[in-house]
Order: sequence, then C-alpha cells, then structure tokens
Amino acid sequence: MTGLAFALLLSASLAGYVMNRRAALALRDGGQRLHSLGMFHGLYALLLVLVPAFVVTVLWIMLQGSAINALTMSGLPDGVVTDAVNPQLILTEIQSIAGGRIFGEPEPWKLEAAERMNSLHAASGWLLVLVVAALSAALLYTSRRQVAADFRARQAAERIVMGLMITCSLIAVFVTIGIVFSLVFESVRFFQMVPLTDFLFGTRWEPQIPIRADQVAAEGAFGVIPVFLGTLVITFVAIFIAVPVGLMSAIYLNEFASRSFRAVAKPILELLAGIPTVVYGFFAILTVAPALRAWGAALGIPVAPNTALAAGGVMGIMLIPFISSFADDALSAVPRSLRDGAIALGATRSETVLNVLFPAAIPGIMGGVLLAVSRAIGETMIVVMAAGLIATMNINPLDSVTTITVQIVTLLIGDTAFDSPKTLAAFALGLMLFIVTLFINILALRIVRKYREQYD
Amino acid sequence: MTDFPNDGTKSGGQQWASEAFKGRLAKRHRKETGLKLLGLAALSLAFLMLGILLWTLISGGAQAFRQTHVTLDVPISAEMVDAADPAAGNYRGVIGEAMQATFPDAAPDQMRALSGILSNAAQFVLRDRVVADPELIGQTVEIRVPTSDTYDQLNKGNVDEGSAEATRRLSDEEIRAFRQLEAEGRITLPANWALLTNADSRFPELAGLRGAIIGSFYALLVCFVISFPLGIGAAIYLEEFAPKNKISDVIEVNINNLAAVPSVVFGLLGLAVFLNWFGMQRSAPFVGGLVLALMTLPTIIIATRAALKAVPPSIREAAMGVGASKQQVVFGHVLPLAMPGILTGTIIGLAQALGETAPLLLIGMNAFVTAAPGSPFDASTALPTQIFIWADSPERGFVARTSAAILVLLGFLVLMNAIAIFLRNKFERRW
Repeated sequence: MTGLAFALLLSASLAGYVMNRRAALALRDGGQRLHSLGMFHGLYALLLVLVPAFVVTVLWIMLQGSAINALTMSGLPDGVVTDAVNPQLILTEIQSIAGGRIFGEPEPWKLEAAERMNSLHAASGWLLVLVVAALSAALLYTSRRQVAADFRARQAAERIVMGLMITCSLIAVFVTIGIVFSLVFESVRFFQMVPLTDFLFGTRWEPQIPIRADQVAAEGAFGVIPVFLGTLVITFVAIFIAVPVGLMSAIYLNEFASRSFRAVAKPILELLAGIPTVVYGFFAILTVAPALRAWGAALGIPVAPNTALAAGGVMGIMLIPFISSFADDALSAVPRSLRDGAIALGATRSETVLNVLFPAAIPGIMGGVLLAVSRAIGETMIVVMAAGLIATMNINPLDSVTTITVQIVTLLIGDTAFDSPKTLAAFALGLMLFIVTLFINILALRIVRKYREQYD
Repeated sequence: MTDFPNDGTKSGGQQWASEAFKGRLAKRHRKETGLKLLGLAALSLAFLMLGILLWTLISGGAQAFRQTHVTLDVPISAEMVDAADPAAGNYRGVIGEAMQATFPDAAPDQMRALSGILSNAAQFVLRDRVVADPELIGQTVEIRVPTSDTYDQLNKGNVDEGSAEATRRLSDEEIRAFRQLEAEGRITLPANWALLTNADSRFPELAGLRGAIIGSFYALLVCFVISFPLGIGAAIYLEEFAPKNKISDVIEVNINNLAAVPSVVFGLLGLAVFLNWFGMQRSAPFVGGLVLALMTLPTIIIATRAALKAVPPSIREAAMGVGASKQQVVFGHVLPLAMPGILTGTIIGLAQALGETAPLLLIGMNAFVTAAPGSPFDASTALPTQIFIWADSPERGFVARTSAAILVLLGFLVLMNAIAIFLRNKFERRW
C-alpha cells in the first residue's frame, strides 16, 4: 500500500508538471505574453502537489504503527490486561501472531486482537492511498486554476524551493532539540524514581535491580561518581598518550620533514583516524591487554585483564592523528613573520618551534586537545569491548574501571522496559555525557575561533 | 662616536671562537637533533602501532579465508530417503552410515565422536542436493562439506598435538581419525566463500557475513537517501541564501556542535524517539539508517558548503549577468560545478557511517539473525555490529573470523575512500 501511495503521489506531481506546462504553452501559442516560462508553470504544479503529499505520506507511515498499537490494545476485552503482566509483552505477542509467527496455543482473545491488528493495517493502507489521491487531486485542481499569462510561476516555485531549503537547514536544529528533549524527558522520569542528589553525589553504582517484584537481586544504587571517575581515568590515559605523540609528530612534520616525506607520512597517520572504533576495541582485547598483562607479570605487577591502560592506550592511538592535525594547523597558522624573525635572530629551528611558534599556537592546540578530550569521553566501542563493567571508586589505571558510555550500552543491550530505573538511568547518563561534551566542544570551538581572529 | 673593540668580542664580552661558546653552540645543536629525534620517534610509534594493528588483523584473519573441507562418498539408500518426499529424509542417518563405512573398525561409541568431524551443515548440504535432483536416491554421491571448527583449527595447525591430551579439545583418537582422512586425500582447504555467502550461525565453520553486508548496505542506502538531499538543501541555503543574522548563526553553531556529539547519544535518540515513541521495528536497518543519517548530516553539510565556496564568484556573476535568477544560478551553474566535491564529502561521510557501531547497538542491530534481511524493515545486523558479536564469542574459530570480518569491513572502507579520491582527482577543477 505504501508503494502504491508513493507511486500515486509521484505520478500525480508529474501529471501536474505536464498539464500546467501544456496549459501555459497553449496560452502562449494563443498569442498571450507569459510572465514565466512554461517550465516554471509545470515546476510550480509539481512542487505544489509533491511536497504536501509527500509530507503527509511520511508522517502517516511514521505514526501509523503506534496508533494501530494503541487501538489494538484499547480494543482488548476488559480484565486481560492486569498489573501482573506487562502490556508491552502482550503487544509483542499479538504483533508476532499478526506477523504469522504463532508459538504454542495463544488465547482466543489474542488471536482476535492479532486479526484486528491486521485489518487495521490494511485499512490504514487503503486510507493512506485515498488521502493521497484526494489531496493530489485537490492540489492539481488548485494549481491548474492558477495558470494565467501574468501568474508569476517562477517566483512561486522558487518560494517553495526556498521553503524546502530552510526546512532542511532547520532539521539540524530539530535533531539537537530532539536529542535534548528525549534525554531530558526520560531523565526526568528517572529522577522521579531516584533523587538527583543520590545520582550526582552517590559513590555506589549498582544498577542490577530486580525487574520483577519477587526476584532476588541486590538493592540498586545509582551514584554516578565512580562511573565518572572511571571515565576520567581512561580519558587521562588516552590524552597522556595522544598529546605528546601527536604534538611531536606535528612538530616534526611541520618543521623538519622534507616535502616528500610529509606527503607520504601524513596520509598514513590519517589512516589511524579512519579505522572504525570497533576494530580498535578488538585490537585492545586481542593484542594490547594480553601484552600489558604479560609485561606486568614479568615485572611482578598485577594487571587486571581489562585494565584501563589497554582501553585508554588504544584510544590514545586513535586520537594521535586528531591531535596532530590540529597542532599542524595551529603551527601553520602562525604568521610567517614570527618564524622569519626568530630565524633571523639566529635561533635554531627547534628554538624557533619551542620558544616562538609553540607559544603562539597554544590556543589552537588547546582547542584540539579539548576536542580530543570530548571525543575520549564520548568514545564507546573501545571501552565497551576492553574496559570493565563494575564501577569502583578507583583511580589506578592498572585496575579495571568502567565508563559512562560502557554503562549506557550495557544497560540498554537486551531488555529495555521503559519504566524501570535501570533503563532510564542510561538516559540520565546520556544527558550527563551530552552536557559535558557539549560544554567542552563549545569551549574548544570558542578558543579556536578567538585565536584565529588574532592573526587574520 | 664610540670605538668598538675589534678583537672578536661582542659588547657583552663574549668570545665567538671561545671554547665556552662552541660548547654552548654544540649544546644548542644537540637540542635541535634531540627534538628532531623525538619527533621521529613519535611518528614511528604511531606507524608501529598501525603496523601491529594491521599485522594482527591480517595474520589472524587470513586463516578464516580458507576452510577445511571433507570429501565423503555418501550412498543414499531409498530406505532413509523417500523419493516421494526427499525433503523429509533422514540425512543425519545417511551421513552416519557413510562415516561408518569410512571408519569400518570404529565402535559405535567412537562413531559419535568421529561424526563430530563433519560440520552440522553436512546433512543440509546433502538434503539440498537431493531435493534439487531426486534421481540421486539409490546412488552414491560425493559431497564436500566443511569440517567442524575444532578440526578446522587442527588442520590449520592451531592445535598443539604435543600437549597433554586432557588440555586440548581433541583426543588422540580423534586426531588419528582426522589424519587417516587426510592420508586418504579427503581433506582439502579451499577458499572460504561461505564467509561472504552464508548468514550468521552459532557454528563458526558455517558463520558468514551475508546478513551483515546486506544489513549494512540497506542502512547506508537509507542513510544516503535521507542525508544527501537534506544536507545539500541545508548547505545551499546556509551558503548562498541565508541572511547573516542571529538565526543563521544559531543554525551554524548547531551544525558544528552536532558534528561533535558522541555517537552513542544518537543511539539514545533513536531508541527513545524511533523505537519507543514511533514504535518502529527493532533491529531494522531502516532505523539504523535513520540514526546514521542524522549523524552524517553535519558532515555532508560541511563538505557541501566547502564545495560551494570553492566555486568562484565569477560563475555566479556571469549567470546573473545574462538574467538568471538567484536560484537558477545556484541550481543551474554553481551546484553542478560543486557536485564532485559534494560527492567526495558524501562518500567519506558514508564511509564513517559504515564503521559506526555504538548507535546501532542501542537500536538492537546486534541481534542473532540467521537469515539475510529481505528488506530494510527486517531484523538484521550490520558489519560493525557483527564484528562486535563475533568478538564476544568464545569459540576459537570466531577469533579468526572476527579478524576476517574486520578485513572485509576495512576493504569496503578502502574501496569507498578510493572512489572518493578518484572522483576528486578526476573531476575536481582548479579555478
């Protein structure tokens, strides 16, 4: 049905193009002077039909699922939905029956509900086609009536195109609003169950709470401090590796390397940034963590199997090109006169770099480092694969620590009941992550921008 | 007028040729070399790590591109397989008989262990052949099927036969049986096309990437269809039409910040909005594509704006001069000229999206699915999430397969980037 609706709206808009163009050309052939070319009359009709019909179809498809689910659930006989069973589970079962996957002997009311769901789906499909047909016909009629010699079809069509482009650029704003809204919405529900102060200042993070009332499990605790501490440890390790290596690479490439060496070395360095993070995670558990453990054993130091050093170190390797390209840009942006001045005074290249260029480039480099910190805090796959799961108040990088992103992923993989504090806690962590990284990003972009203005 | 002393001293009284000066100069030069060496060391460290990473993957993954197979003569008796309904035959029994015929001396309790040489898929391979050609019933057919993972590892030399019997997963007897098959020339090690043509499986010897590759393809297709037009529309507006005011400033800051939002947050957005509020299908590549589209959008907008900016104003002015409207100028002249740059940026953005894992995990694209998806709305995995699943599996065969899957993913990334570089070199115009 959806395919039919799309075919209908496409053919209607094409028909509008042909129809209005012909009508306009007929006017011209009749001896009238057209304001706009025939093509624009056609284009206007095409856009006038296409845009609203398309929007209606997409909205319909996006919203019909939850509407049908709600209708099916409200149509269930009284008394079958009790507090003991999760309505979500019933809905899932009805959906799978409706999809033809029947397990065992479902109750008759479930079969009935599945049948009703299927008929609702069919009805919704036909209704969509009907609505699209009616809308297209109405719009075709409207646009055909507007064809006249002095109708400003080009301006009208361009207004629609302009509206479309403005909508496109507002999408980015909508996405941000969507992120903030969904995170805040779920977090508020979380903070209704767990007080905000417990979350922010608690020192125990034990989200394994009972899902059912009769289940035996630990009493949950949602104190974010140990998780945050773990994130800081891994970020620190990553930055501790990435910043010196990235900075030194940038200085060498910028100051000492020959042109041909630079042309080869820089793309190879950039390769490190193009490797997906899941690959780094696999590298950390397969190679780096066992190697660190073996070295630790050789030196007599106990190293945890999922030590923060492995995850942080591999993350540091990933961030090397990030730091180095920022530092490279910052060093190159220092005006030539400063460099020439230092050389003319007899400074060696290294003295020029360390005493003149580097201090001048520090704001740019700082911006890059801050962006790398925000990357490291938000990086997910490496830590999900290589860091620990248990939150402890621990800052020893040889031990296992956990991070915000690890907790988000482990809380949300598997069952996701949207009424348990366990699931909602992930959104509270997500909100925290979003706020922290946003703050760092804004700070970094501001530093970089301010610094650029100094020399331009 | 002051008299300058002409004896080689500066006004501070320093000797240009003195030993102290030479020492200082040598020290400064040593510092210069030191910094240079430090820089080289840093670069070498980065390259070394890249080298170790690639070497680990290639040496670990290369084995998974070949798979040990057994060739077996199987007599298909009419008692086991009914010609009227070949699909329902007892192929397990048929295979068991064939194995007994291969090892005539083995006792029944040994046979159970020996039948473990063959992969679980053997009976299905046989069934498919017989169903396709029922004439085979009553004849003896030669089939070539994968061995199970432990024997595959043995054949590839990953089992230490010198170690104590209890510490390895194969007994001496099982190894002897395998060596006997090998001596009979029944063991082969052909290229493992099943890695690309099979879907996921719990058995490493059968697991393949077909489902993941198709899932990733659908997700990228959805991502492209949504983010490409939206990104171009937004970029054209911001670059060519937007007035310089507070609103367009806000939009710009917004796009820059969106590009730096952690990917896992987009996963949370997808989970809360697309799955929970809109009730879309969990694990579907369509939802994955939607989330990836939102992530790729800023990349495409930024790349498109750069490409539009690179088109010289003279093009715009010339078109305006002959009476084109502002939009005719942009859509008729500027956009076509900027297209190579836009496409390059888009492909690079899509390559990033292909490697993205965390948001796909949150919307459930790490499900265990044993069939390739037929449409973007079926449950499926994607390449990076498949790698994540396999990396978590304890079987030895999955370690090699994870590396192999990573090599396949990296292959796709290299291909996409190569296309982008080719496009840039071929069509880029310097003004």
